[in-house]
Amino acid sequence: MKAEADKCVKGVKSVRAAGVSLLAMGLAAGLAGCAPSTSSGGGGQDDKSGTVRVWLFREVGNEPKEKVVDKVADRFEKQHDGVEVDVQYIPIDSRAEKIKGAFNDPDSAPDVIEYGNTDTAGYVADGGLADISDEFGSWDAARDLDPTAKKSVTVEGKQYGLPLFVGVRALYYRTDVFDELNLEPPRTLDGLAAAAKKIRAAHKDMYGIAVGGAYTYGAMPFIWAHGGELAREKGGSFTSALDAAPAKKGIKAYTSLFGDDNCPAGKCAKMGGNETVEAFAGGKAGMAIGGDFNRQAMENGKVQGKYGVVPLPGVEKGAIAPAFAGGNNIGVLKSTDHRTLAVQLAEQLAGKRTQEQLFEAMGFLPTFSDTRRKVAAREPFVKPFVRTLDAGTEFVPASPAWGTIDSSLILPEMFQRVVSGKDDVDGAAAGAAEKMDEAFAE
Amino acid sequence: MSVATDGAKSRPRRTPGPAHAGGPPGPRPARSGGRGPTGGARRGGWTPWLYLAPALVVLAGLLVYPVYQLGLISFLDYTQAQVSGGEPTSFRGFGNYAELLSDPQFWNVLLATVVFAAACVLGTMTVGCALAVLLTRVRALPRLLLMLAALGAWATPAITGSTVWVFLFDPDFGPVNRVLGLGDFAWTYGRLSAFALVFFEVVWCSFPLVMVTTYAGIRAVPTEVVEAATLDGASVWRTWRSVLAPLLRPILIVVTIQSIIWDFKVFTQIYVMTGGGGIAKQNLVLNVYAYQKAFASSQYSLGSAIGVVMLLILLSVTLLYLKLLRRNGEEI
Repeated sequence: MKAEADKCVKGVKSVRAAGVSLLAMGLAAGLAGCAPSTSSGGGGQDDKSGTVRVWLFREVGNEPKEKVVDKVADRFEKQHDGVEVDVQYIPIDSRAEKIKGAFNDPDSAPDVIEYGNTDTAGYVADGGLADISDEFGSWDAARDLDPTAKKSVTVEGKQYGLPLFVGVRALYYRTDVFDELNLEPPRTLDGLAAAAKKIRAAHKDMYGIAVGGAYTYGAMPFIWAHGGELAREKGGSFTSALDAAPAKKGIKAYTSLFGDDNCPAGKCAKMGGNETVEAFAGGKAGMAIGGDFNRQAMENGKVQGKYGVVPLPGVEKGAIAPAFAGGNNIGVLKSTDHRTLAVQLAEQLAGKRTQEQLFEAMGFLPTFSDTRRKVAAREPFVKPFVRTLDAGTEFVPASPAWGTIDSSLILPEMFQRVVSGKDDVDGAAAGAAEKMDEAFAE
Repeated sequence: MSVATDGAKSRPRRTPGPAHAGGPPGPRPARSGGRGPTGGARRGGWTPWLYLAPALVVLAGLLVYPVYQLGLISFLDYTQAQVSGGEPTSFRGFGNYAELLSDPQFWNVLLATVVFAAACVLGTMTVGCALAVLLTRVRALPRLLLMLAALGAWATPAITGSTVWVFLFDPDFGPVNRVLGLGDFAWTYGRLSAFALVFFEVVWCSFPLVMVTTYAGIRAVPTEVVEAATLDGASVWRTWRSVLAPLLRPILIVVTIQSIIWDFKVFTQIYVMTGGGGIAKQNLVLNVYAYQKAFASSQYSLGSAIGVVMLLILLSVTLLYLKLLRRNGEEI
């Protein structure tokens, strides 16, 4: 009996030791991962063969885009022996996570990515994009790029990508409603507000112009049209200019469009750009601020054949409100192992020929002034958008803080505070300016 | 008062009833029962740890390590730039916490979260317990229907539930406004009405747990106790307050704590129903706020600091609650 008990104790002891060492191992594993992970960066190599991986955005109705890109990839593979191009399409909704993931894990990251041009400064600060200023400088096509497009790939004088297409917004209006009410397409922002009220008065079930409290890119032209700015740069550092008088005039002009006489705050305060476009496409609005890229939504909606587009007017008659020059760029990742190949491929993807084909396939406006003029001559729909672009466009502050400002919804919050009556223009603008400055300071 | 004393007296005698239904076994059988773990005491303090080791290792990996990382990151300057290697990671000490605590928005959000969570816990407990009592008093068919309805609500994913609720209350197409004759009243426009809408959804999706658990507890209460109360002429409310609630206390404590934790951490409902925090961020709660800081703006360290603050608040609320109960002579 006793011997057995002893054995048992011994057994327990050895098991106990194993348990303790197990615990210790767990602890050691815990301690080994002491600091949170930081990507080592990777890259540095410049292989002249192998697979070049590309991530592009998956658009609604992506097939025509794939065809254009496949042609570019085939051509590129023929030009370079032993090189394969692997193109993947990533969903636009989760692109931020995907691209952040690519920066964090160079091993599974692509070499070339498409990215939204408002993200440029943020991605550069994250250390994700490669500086390709030298190649950009020696790229023949670069001199035909329009200045805003070049600005959208430039951070502190260096280029971090090639503009792929530009997206710009203009004023969609209902031709049938305007005819019925004897209205002319508005020539000034005041005229726009007056026309909106007339439409709403005649059609209670319609918004005069669909506006959204969260539609930042639809609201910005009002600020710029009144001579305001989002931020001012001085010696590389930015300060918000939202609380300056001209910007506040613009904020006032935009927020005064909310109300029962045009777009009731209860419904419109929370709307973003897509909702306003949907409202117009669904026949629920007399006007809306939409992009050249929204054409398909209109064609698929109830308003097919019943709408026209003019540039969004400015304050003075004949002026055009400066639009936000959105769009996407093609960039090369810092972590790439095929730098030369990646840049060459990027140049072909964002080249004039591809841009022209992408316009035909997807309606993406080229970033080269000459290519854009050429396609505009063939396609009357894009004329008001090209006119808007030619009149001069604006861009968001080229600061890494813009990503934070954008994602912390500082501007929507400002508009919504005014629209919902929580604050007046002065107070809301001052609050937003303060938050922007905090973000810039970081 | 006779009802109450009866109930209280019968409890120690019949501990296995409610105790087996949900909570861990009552203290009494463990202390006096002959089958207690006396062997462990003789072999010294290490043996229990040995048996616990596998569970502890798993727990350490799944719970302690993430919390440790959360705490660590909250002391660093850690944004996307640090993660992808654009800038070196640096130690900030309590910088993130100072930034957080000096942000008036944080206090606003904290207050809203506490009030909203309290309302949700109260609502969930009231509805859950009331329906549990109702379940014991209806026939088989309505009971089955009520159970199915509750299980349906329980099984609905939060995103789906929230989307459907938003649609039900839609100013243009929603049936609720039509039935109530509210015209095109926009529920998500006002701060209170938006919170109310989310409150309804949260109660709707979390009452089934309370109901089912409490119902199971009630079924385990010896029928003669309830019968005695009924014979004494106690009303339904009186029976609940003086007989069932005291008997079910361990169960109610557990579901309350669980509700507090859930409702304090509510995310999906607010995020989906108010469009990420409501008009001008009027409906932000702590979890959505943390998400905005941590993921939308990639300020992982600040987001972690919010997480740590939430953890501390929840821990202290739970501990305080347990301590108060213990002072009242309850143990769970």
